[in-house]
Amino acid sequence: MNILVCISSVPETTTKIRFTDDNKAFDTTEVKWIINPWDELALTRALELKEQYPDQVQEVTVATIGAQETEQVIRKALAIGADKGIRVDIEPMDAWQTASQVLPVVQNGNYDIVMAGIDSSDYNGMAVGNMLAEMAGLPSIAAVSHLDLADGKITVKREIAGGKETIEAQTPFVAIVQKGIAIEPKIAGMRGVMNARRKPLEVLEPLDAEPLTEFVSFELPEPKGDCVMIEPGNESDLFDKLANEANAL
Amino acid sequence: MSILAYTPTRDGQFTKLTYELISYGHALAGQLNTELIALTLGETGDDQLKALAAYGADKILHSSDDRFEQLDNHAFSKAISQAAQKSEASILLMANDFTGKALAPSTAVHLKAGIVTGVIGLPESTDPFIVKKKAFTGKAYAHIQVKSERKVFTLETNSHEISQAPKTPNIEAFEPQIEDSDFTTKITDEDKQTDKILLTDADIVVSGGRGMKGPEHWQPLEELADVLGAATACSRPVSDEKWRPEEEHVGQTGKIIAPNLYFALGISGAIQHVAGVSGSKTIVAVNNDPEAPIFEVADYGIVGDLKEVLPNLIEAAKAAR
Repeated sequence: MNILVCISSVPETTTKIRFTDDNKAFDTTEVKWIINPWDELALTRALELKEQYPDQVQEVTVATIGAQETEQVIRKALAIGADKGIRVDIEPMDAWQTASQVLPVVQNGNYDIVMAGIDSSDYNGMAVGNMLAEMAGLPSIAAVSHLDLADGKITVKREIAGGKETIEAQTPFVAIVQKGIAIEPKIAGMRGVMNARRKPLEVLEPLDAEPLTEFVSFELPEPKGDCVMIEPGNESDLFDKLANEANAL
Repeated sequence: MSILAYTPTRDGQFTKLTYELISYGHALAGQLNTELIALTLGETGDDQLKALAAYGADKILHSSDDRFEQLDNHAFSKAISQAAQKSEASILLMANDFTGKALAPSTAVHLKAGIVTGVIGLPESTDPFIVKKKAFTGKAYAHIQVKSERKVFTLETNSHEISQAPKTPNIEAFEPQIEDSDFTTKITDEDKQTDKILLTDADIVVSGGRGMKGPEHWQPLEELADVLGAATACSRPVSDEKWRPEEEHVGQTGKIIAPNLYFALGISGAIQHVAGVSGSKTIVAVNNDPEAPIFEVADYGIVGDLKEVLPNLIEAAKAAR
């Protein structure tokens, strides 16, 4: 069984968000880049599966769509245990364009499970995984919070409003991954970093695919007013204010 | 041209998200001078369907095909795209919940439509077509132009007021052309919590962090939630430590919520947590550390020991209700 994990490169989660070029673009000055947290969960689980079921999982490949700088996150993925990396050389503008670029990677590879994060912490597109599945004509399961290969079956649990559903999946399929699927992200050791340099990283030319949406501008939220402090013991004042001032009850 | 809103049911009932979506769709139809059509797949009672007209649906398409009892991304998105084509919809609306997140992108592929997820507010302009959404997980807003003829939007939860706009119920049967082979996944088991208020539906959320000092101290937090009719939530360290179930985690990588009122009890307010709750209309923070960053985003704050403050909050909440 081969697993493909789609990863994207996003600003480190504590990054102060600033815009440039008249609020038309995200200011990348001094930004540290990481694997998108949801994609990292998917990757973590894929690598755990390879460790837990070495007879079943042969290879974990990661793919990203982006300019050369995004190779940092591929190297990181290789350092924590992925076997191969693929980068399609284009900075995508929207989910449609991104999914269109991952499509040939999926079609030309021989993957049994394709994994992608449900969201990304930069533009919060929340669309690539499901789009890719539909474009590729593969079954998809979204909001996956559990994936296991025990007893020769593929057991997947997905989150629904107010519960979970268990699905016995058949390969090939796309899993759109939600929190819960893995807890501890893997950390690259010295050896992992050294090994990563020798692992294959293939760069592919992009296809022609126009984006259907475009970011026009960005803005930062209004700063919040001061916090009204209430002394312990005066909790009934708080509820007065919540009812009458804030209209919150 | 028309606007199509996909309105799924949960256990045969529409939820608050549905009425938000229909209210939004009705306002958007007014802005574009067109009609709003609602679509429901699977067995749904007539009373339920008629309720959609009360919030402004001009027409209600309904398929009672029982194969739609189980969500399948491929089959559902195929059926929804057929309904969109049949009703010549230029805009397809869904709620930004797990169902919408799964079906909106797949349906957009069938319709070759540009998609924007988590839209807040009505379009700022319809020519060019520009909508607003949160980006950088709540740390910024983005204005996005949709250039394709057909558009798919998911509406952020709690971002549009529910309002009645009664129409004469006009229910029409819809029969999508779906094969059995279009159903590509099979559910073998389900685990539903039926008695709890859902986090994403809740007007009030009471949330606990590491400052709660262990799962054994959660009873008063749950009591406060009970008194207020609130849902319970927690911060990431709490779910990582398994003090509380994973589905309660709110924050950047957990659930993003935007209730009317959010209580952060013993939550320091790391940037990743704030990103998940910053859409809340009012935030109350209780923490024993006056320097905790949560007070920078809170509207009301109490510096104190939760052992004393929480029982006082419960009493005060009982008196206020």
